[in-house]
Amino acid sequence: MTELSAHLPQFQHGQLTENFPDNHLSNTNDNSERRRHDNSGRRRNDNPESETNGQPQNNIQQVVEQDEEEDEELTLKYGAKHVIMLFVPVTLCMVVVVATIKSVSFYTRKDGQLIYTPFTEETETVGQRALNSILNAAIMISVIIVMTILLVVLYKYRCYKVIHGWLIISSLLLLFFFSFIYLGEVFKTYNVAMDYITVALIIWNFGVVGMICIHWKGPLRLQQAYLIMISALMALVFIKYLPEWTAWLILAVISVYDLVAVLCPKGPLRMLVETAQERNETLFPALIYSSTMIWLVNMAEEDPEAQRKATKNSTYDKQAPANQTRNEDAEADDGGFSQEWQQQRDNRIGPIESTPESRAAVQALPSNSQTSEDPEERGVKLGLGDFIFYSVLVGKASATASGDWNTTLACFVAILIGLCLTLLLLAIFKKALPALPISITFGLVFYFATDNLVQPFMDQLAFHQFYI
Amino acid sequence: MFVGRETATAPLCGKSRHRKRAFFWLVSLLLASLVWFVSVRLSDRGDAALQRGLLGFGAAVSVLLQELFRFAYFKLLKKADEGLATISEDGRSPISLRQMAYVSGLSFGIISGVFSVINILADSIGPGTVGIHGDSPYYFITSAFLTMALVLLHTFWGVIFFDACEKRRYGCLGLVVASHLLTSGLTFLNPRYAASLGPIFIITLCTGLWAFVTAGGSFRSLLKCLSCKQEDDSRVMTYSALRVPCED
Repeated sequence: MTELSAHLPQFQHGQLTENFPDNHLSNTNDNSERRRHDNSGRRRNDNPESETNGQPQNNIQQVVEQDEEEDEELTLKYGAKHVIMLFVPVTLCMVVVVATIKSVSFYTRKDGQLIYTPFTEETETVGQRALNSILNAAIMISVIIVMTILLVVLYKYRCYKVIHGWLIISSLLLLFFFSFIYLGEVFKTYNVAMDYITVALIIWNFGVVGMICIHWKGPLRLQQAYLIMISALMALVFIKYLPEWTAWLILAVISVYDLVAVLCPKGPLRMLVETAQERNETLFPALIYSSTMIWLVNMAEEDPEAQRKATKNSTYDKQAPANQTRNEDAEADDGGFSQEWQQQRDNRIGPIESTPESRAAVQALPSNSQTSEDPEERGVKLGLGDFIFYSVLVGKASATASGDWNTTLACFVAILIGLCLTLLLLAIFKKALPALPISITFGLVFYFATDNLVQPFMDQLAFHQFYI
Repeated sequence: MFVGRETATAPLCGKSRHRKRAFFWLVSLLLASLVWFVSVRLSDRGDAALQRGLLGFGAAVSVLLQELFRFAYFKLLKKADEGLATISEDGRSPISLRQMAYVSGLSFGIISGVFSVINILADSIGPGTVGIHGDSPYYFITSAFLTMALVLLHTFWGVIFFDACEKRRYGCLGLVVASHLLTSGLTFLNPRYAASLGPIFIITLCTGLWAFVTAGGSFRSLLKCLSCKQEDDSRVMTYSALRVPCED
């Protein structure tokens, strides 16, 4: 497969004339003070050219067919690449969560519950426990729905400052407060002597760099690492404070909600995604994990505020290796940004100053400047809520399962297979899709099946040292 | 713009193939456990010999289901391979069936091995004494060797199985299934390790040689590989000659 991908872009060079839509697997997440709401949606930039390309009524039928074939090959190859690009961060997040759960006992200790789940599960009868957990899940889901609708309303009425402030407060909380607690517990577990001054320095640096990377600009890898870390932290909070049955119920209900919210015409997430597409903006990068830099070329930007926000959100980084060496050379020459690099950056991510001239220049950019864009750099986006809920599932499985590692492993494989299938569907349908339902369903099925059926079997086999 | 044709082949590359195969193995394990569980529930708990027999029955069912799923995976891969071949540029799929067979066997082996041994590994960290209740003190080391043998065996079986299915040699197929059953049965002789470990390793060696020959290896190719001779690959020359110079 790698040999094909190596020479296909060159094959494509002369023929790339349209703006390829980004295959996004984007789930927008909404931070409240103590948790993230997950809205999964994938999004495709609706460019007018892409709509005309599907028309078979074309005189040059063969060219169209050839384009279609090449597009298909691209879909296949980059479908596979996208799968790998998402496997790594999802795996990393889950590994961090499982490692923490296994070593730091703080996150498996029962220290009360969140105010969103007021009913306790320490009841006398099973029926009472079931009822309590259903009520807890209902309250939690309604809070999530309300928050999502609030976010959509704010977005629709262009209250960007409010949303931005909300996001900043929640990332502040996560990056400083939760990581402080996490660090403290890790030190307690390993009995490391530490003074407050060092801790303050560490947490301060960690938090500030995180805020800069997530909300402003930073190296792509660092931003991805921070997003993974805050997802893991959030997942750990959920694992600690959600009682068992409530957690499973919430997982089940939220995947149903995800399905409804993204696919129904009046679903809040779908409206969010469509509004973003109408305005030709990207959704909040603080809530979405992106595997490459966000492309903002050829956007008709009339709203200076949106443009400023959009350019703020784009992270600068190498696009293709060739560009990077050029950039590095330019920077090395001047010790700052050379005119050429600045010009290139303006062409790529849109002008920083929103002047009509620069905007006109961007819009007048010939589309074959896209040919220098490496098609392999079109990335996939996955919302942070998906990371969080996948990790919650795997973390809960490792925390409470009697089968221990077998169950954890089974859930892990199931979630990844679900993600794989979802990406496959994305490649087929090419529109925003929810990433939670399939994976969570597989994960839940495998958790309960492995814990109750496979584990006794494997246990007996291992006891007698039989192998199958 | 994109015609939504069969893109089922898209994720079947690299690591994702491992994941898909592991998934298939897990599903087979699930079904086998279901069968065993049901049978245990319906049986008398007190009878130890019956329980052991049921365990054996469950293991046999599991082995058969694993092979069945391996076959199903072969069918799926065949279809995907055809799809890949039709859309690729030179009419051949980029992954040969042999590579797929190898990866398939490896993934089956890895997930099977990991499932067998990970709990034992986790327990081996904790404080404890092996065999304090009269069991064999060699439990950990023999588990390690058995798992290794099983992983290798699954890899070899994968290669042979796919090749046999491709060439419709059902005798070979039956032999693979039989050797799997035999291996699993031999482990039932634990803790008499002389009786179980020895034959299992002999089986592993023989299956390895068989797989090597099936995959097209020979003594000569082995020598060539070991002597690290650079082969003149004319195909590479053709590609680079046809390659359009990339414009940066």
